[in-house]
Amino acid sequence: MWSFSNIANSIHEWLSNNFNPTWTIIIEMVIAGVAVISLFALLGLVLVIMERKVSAWMQIRLGPNRVGPKGMFQSLADTLKLLVKEGLTPGGADKFLFNLAPFIAMIVAMLLMAPIAFAKDFQLWDLNIGVLFVSAVSSIMVISILMAGWASNNKYSLMGAMRSGAQIVSYELSAGLSILAVVVMTGSLQVSEIIESQRNGWWIFKGHLPMLIAFVTFIIAVTAETNRAPFDLAEAESELTAGFHTEYSGMKFALFFLAEYVNVFIVCAIGATLFLGGWMPFHIGKWEGFNHVMDYIPSSIWFFGKTFFLIFLIMWFRWTFPRLRIDQLLNLEWKYLLPISMINLLIVTAMAILGWHF
Amino acid sequence: MEGFGEVLKMYRKTEIINDSKAPPAEGFGEADMIINVGPQHPATHGVLHLVITLNGETIKNVEPHLGYIHRSIEKMCESLSYRQFIYVTSRMDYLSAHINNHACALCVEQGLQVEIPPRAQVIRVLMDELTRIASHELWLGAMAMDLGAFTPFFHAFRERESINDIMEETCGARLTMNYMVPGGVMHDLHPSFQQRVKDFMQLYKSKVHEYDEMLTGNIIFQNRMKNVGVLSAEDAISYGCTGPTARGSGVSCDVRKLYPYEIYNTLEFDEVLETGGDSFSRYMVRVREMQQSIRIIEQLIDNIPEGDFQTKTKAVLKLPKGEFYSRVETARGELGVYIVSEGATTPYRIKFRSPGFSNLSVLNHIAKGSKLGDLVAMMGTLDLVIPDIDR
Repeated sequence: MWSFSNIANSIHEWLSNNFNPTWTIIIEMVIAGVAVISLFALLGLVLVIMERKVSAWMQIRLGPNRVGPKGMFQSLADTLKLLVKEGLTPGGADKFLFNLAPFIAMIVAMLLMAPIAFAKDFQLWDLNIGVLFVSAVSSIMVISILMAGWASNNKYSLMGAMRSGAQIVSYELSAGLSILAVVVMTGSLQVSEIIESQRNGWWIFKGHLPMLIAFVTFIIAVTAETNRAPFDLAEAESELTAGFHTEYSGMKFALFFLAEYVNVFIVCAIGATLFLGGWMPFHIGKWEGFNHVMDYIPSSIWFFGKTFFLIFLIMWFRWTFPRLRIDQLLNLEWKYLLPISMINLLIVTAMAILGWHF
Repeated sequence: MEGFGEVLKMYRKTEIINDSKAPPAEGFGEADMIINVGPQHPATHGVLHLVITLNGETIKNVEPHLGYIHRSIEKMCESLSYRQFIYVTSRMDYLSAHINNHACALCVEQGLQVEIPPRAQVIRVLMDELTRIASHELWLGAMAMDLGAFTPFFHAFRERESINDIMEETCGARLTMNYMVPGGVMHDLHPSFQQRVKDFMQLYKSKVHEYDEMLTGNIIFQNRMKNVGVLSAEDAISYGCTGPTARGSGVSCDVRKLYPYEIYNTLEFDEVLETGGDSFSRYMVRVREMQQSIRIIEQLIDNIPEGDFQTKTKAVLKLPKGEFYSRVETARGELGVYIVSEGATTPYRIKFRSPGFSNLSVLNHIAKGSKLGDLVAMMGTLDLVIPDIDR
């Protein structure tokens, strides 16, 4: 079966035949780094045009349709515009922190790509605490937002950053607890093992109702964590103009913008990996013929299909829901989502101990 | 002189606030966080300037500053003839331009003592109600956008677009129609008017459930609107609120019912009243008012009488010496037109009682103590049109 891993393996073999091990590792690192950066840029372009097309479809509009076939190169043109724009640093701003913040946002988004399995055996770094790494690194995101809000010397930015801080710190809890539900079921934090454990069925189907609850909680929590509507209080444009990135322009703004979209991709990829089996094809128990047909679909298509389905869900939220208020937002987390996911985790633990799953 | 003293005091207060803002680096001058919303801000829908004192997210005080779009329309009207000044009023509340023109035409007709033909009366009412629907559609979209929901805006504009097309055909303009003249309307209806209006009503009825799905029935929307910006009936009266803002608090104030003009007393429609007084009640009043307007149009669209669309009036109009007042119900509330005439071809003095100004004055009262996010919801449901407040 063809897979991305074939390319990776052949490159690895060719390198180890022609270079000594040290150089092999260094060249592989460089290739991986270039791949991540290109994927980062590509995802930004694809997701922006996807969001614009999805929103246009929901809002009975056409969306961008002038640059390239069906407007597909619109986000490329936008990026070019942002690249040549002046990156303004406002007077009175803390210059160092102001210019550092967008890079932290970008670096966090790139680091998060490391443990994601894009296809069968196609993963940058299958570290044994993969899921923990994701939830730990994603917490750094809030620092860049707080930094941007504080350093801008702008009241709108500051308020946006404060809101964002309260929001991300709270919603991380229920996102983490939902992730833990899968970890308890699997008994491992390693991404490849979590995917392997879903060989005969995805966790969302195998784990009965508690896993479904965990999945829904996870989707709500990550929507809030990535500051997407209806939880986009950090940049609520009707209240705070643009929230924490009010003062940013040019490429510095674009980095925030890209990081937001890449973060959406990453949380959806994590969601697809944990609950929908990652690159694992859809299998039904003993239907050998059906499973065999499903195996013929390349694993990368399975992974990206599931991820983009979740991204579509999150975009769908954004274009249909009004925004929450800050106190309602925190109520939802602390009074509803957190207790639900805590009790849910207990039930899942009992299920895992007693073996009450398929 | 008392009024002047108040103005002076307000002016001094403004100065103090400006002083405290002067050193930008220190920022929190007198322990208060002061934030300027507007005149260039996405939430103010125009050039309203709000100086908001905040304590964290909680609003301590809201002070509207006006004057960014003052064009001294009242003064301009004094040098324009009784035919001309009507067109300036289209630029006051530009979303209900027809109804503004209607109020002025009524006031001039009152002075001239002319009867307007029944066909012109029906056309005027039809146009008023279409304008009201168009205005409420725009309000619905803009308010939903304030709350962060973008999609209803486009859905509301789809319906508003078809009204604008009807207006374009008959009046020749889409926004500032200038269709009402003293003695009737400017031209006869376009031949396809009836069919176009019927098509619009069919479109509206087939799409109205979309608003319920996206806004009225949405739990986030309800939480954002219910018990937010509560305005009691007493306060609504004492602040001089009119229109849907007051009717949301249960104050009966529909000029079409209480002081009927044209043919409104022969029509069947309900004055929409809600008792909650919160943002959600004001929202419901406007949504239900659109349906009442549809009801009025349904009664009239097949019964437009034949005849003249305009009474013959003199080329140069002269109002007799005296004072004249007319009031109509615009989409935002009661619009009063007060003309003092010295018997000349131009008015001696004109005063407009605009609904937006009184409705805005209630903002500080209802916004105190609520969150910043609620302020945009309140401003949305007060339905502020800044050129109407600031003439």
